[in-house]
Amino acid sequence: MLDQIRDKTLNGKRLDREEGRWLLTDAPLLEVGALANEARLVRHPERVVTFVIDTNPNYTNVCITDCQFCAFYRKPGDKEAWTLTVDEVLAKVEFAASKGATTVLLQGGHNPALPLDYYLTLVRETRSRFPQVTPHFFTASEIRTMAQVAGITFEDVLDHLWEAGQRTIPGGGAEVLSERVRTRIEPKKGGPEAWLSVHRAAHRRGFKSTATMMYGHVEQVDDLLDHFDAIRTLQDEHAGFTAFVPWSFKPGNTLLEKWIKHYKGPNAYLRMLAVSRLYLDNFPHVQASWFSEGKQAGQVALHFGADDWGGTLFEENVHKAAAYVNTITVDEIVTLIREAGFTPAQRTTEYEILQRY
Amino acid sequence: MRFSDTRLDPIWDKARAGERLDRRDGLTLLESDDLLGVGRIADHVKSTREGDRVYFVINRHITPTNLCVLSCSFCGFARKPGDAGAYEHTIEDMVGMVKDDMREVHIVGGHHPDWPFEYYERMIAAIHAARPEVQIKAFTAAEIDYFWRRWKLPPTEALTRLKAAGLQSMPGGGAEIFSPRLARLLKYTGKADPDRWCEIHGIAHGLGIKTNATMLYGHVETLAERVDHMLRLRGQQDATGGFLTFVPLAYQTATTKLVPRQTPPADSLRTIAAARLLLDNFPHVEAYWVTLGEETASIALNFGADDVNGTLEDERIQHLSGAQTPAGLAREQLFRMIRDAGKTPVERDALYNVVQVYN
Repeated sequence: MLDQIRDKTLNGKRLDREEGRWLLTDAPLLEVGALANEARLVRHPERVVTFVIDTNPNYTNVCITDCQFCAFYRKPGDKEAWTLTVDEVLAKVEFAASKGATTVLLQGGHNPALPLDYYLTLVRETRSRFPQVTPHFFTASEIRTMAQVAGITFEDVLDHLWEAGQRTIPGGGAEVLSERVRTRIEPKKGGPEAWLSVHRAAHRRGFKSTATMMYGHVEQVDDLLDHFDAIRTLQDEHAGFTAFVPWSFKPGNTLLEKWIKHYKGPNAYLRMLAVSRLYLDNFPHVQASWFSEGKQAGQVALHFGADDWGGTLFEENVHKAAAYVNTITVDEIVTLIREAGFTPAQRTTEYEILQRY
Repeated sequence: MRFSDTRLDPIWDKARAGERLDRRDGLTLLESDDLLGVGRIADHVKSTREGDRVYFVINRHITPTNLCVLSCSFCGFARKPGDAGAYEHTIEDMVGMVKDDMREVHIVGGHHPDWPFEYYERMIAAIHAARPEVQIKAFTAAEIDYFWRRWKLPPTEALTRLKAAGLQSMPGGGAEIFSPRLARLLKYTGKADPDRWCEIHGIAHGLGIKTNATMLYGHVETLAERVDHMLRLRGQQDATGGFLTFVPLAYQTATTKLVPRQTPPADSLRTIAAARLLLDNFPHVEAYWVTLGEETASIALNFGADDVNGTLEDERIQHLSGAQTPAGLAREQLFRMIRDAGKTPVERDALYNVVQVYN
């Protein structure tokens, strides 16, 4: 099986579901990793690993969707519920810009009290006041919420965001794109199509986006394969995905914690990254998540097919709510990438290289 | 197997044929940028020897004292008499630290300025009398050598008496890096030198005492010095055959600053893999989670390591030097580290008798 997969991978042929299943379950880990590294070097022959200077603030924790894996949200009216004003959010953008950030990944709960104009103002003001910052705002499910509240289609919302100056969309909220999983852990968020349709429309409109995956909860191998198949098929349509970003579910303070006590470990993560590099043959980049998996696993991941280190994440609140915290500086990122044997390079939201170190 | 670093091809051929690797092979393994290539060869050899088994032991460490006459540059643990934090355990204290549910107690401490050899002998006898089922792994070759330096007690006599008192095996510490250059640079010339360290392990092996061997790496040593260290151990094992486990110890940077950062995981993984391949006569190679951190230790189980040490109720030396892993990792956490790597946890005793296989 390994020889067959190797042959297909290096000759530009697509892996099928049974091959994916074998890679996810039975293939020797380091064989998968070595092949993924080979595929990575075919696609990116230079031993460069990119990173972005970014921050990941939130505008509200109010949410009506009650996902079982989430420790961050509060229901409307909750004592701990909060929503930032436009000025408060822009102060965070200003702070990040002063620290050299080129990307602000802004996301929040599904807050029905916020009008469309709130979101559009955030995009417009960020564009005009901080032109060096790319507003990488609002995941698919937030865009759906905006549409519902405003009584328009999500395609219309995408048009408005585009006109306000937005060009990229973060990939969060995918979790595992399988009907079974989403019904079980996030029944109010809709099936895979709820996420996929927004990204499809966004790509058609000209947006770039990322695809994420949060694994390590109730999913089985077929669910992971459903996820891979769905995003690979969508990528064939418009090639709008820049990167694939998987991370492990953190159970702290969530409803799922009752059944799932611990997050999956580093070997499971390395396998996920390596398989994604091989299976998602039309994705340019695979991101190693130092933030969610730890800096050690992140460094090793660069040998398992990943070519991007993610960002500085000056601010992050979602994992923090699950009692999981990790911080880093640009100097440390550069050191970590170099230690792993690669050349660090700062990139933009859309993976254009700004400077090499 | 295919390698992006073609220098690994002849090493793979040798490993498959069961041929011994040489010094140049060892250097190639440590230098190669084909991290996974090095790991795959080591994993093949480990799997051939041990299948999916990864060993652990329910154990604890006891450190009788942190008073030490030496001043090794890499040590954040030692104290001088009168220093804040200096301590000396009584034998009664130490007996109280050993519980019936442990399989192994690991006893290593400073080179105390005044304690007579008889104190150590009574310590072993008292623990053995109180907990006869618990195997006692005690005193590095450096400490045995110190009994000679301080009290002129020959190692053969010291080890014979300790064995009679209940000692069953010896830990592998005090080896540091076998290099006269580094012994001078890092001020450990007052410690058993490589000849003496190996001599004492040879004596122990002759008395039927199994031992371990360590290597402190990731500071200012060269890769060639690591290879020479391992080859020296291999030669000793050929001669006396009593080593059980090789334990590479990643240097901890928090209190002593020989280098600014701990060596990266790829270097530790390569070192473990190279050890598995070079030390063809060592039954086991350990991924010691306290110094590696849990993530890297877990990954190392796919790079040739077949042991994670144990539950370690107390590990003062590495912790005072700043190891960040939680003290007293529970058995469940060891299971997670082993199972995440796709391996089968096997509980062992100090001598690698299998207690239970956890399928």
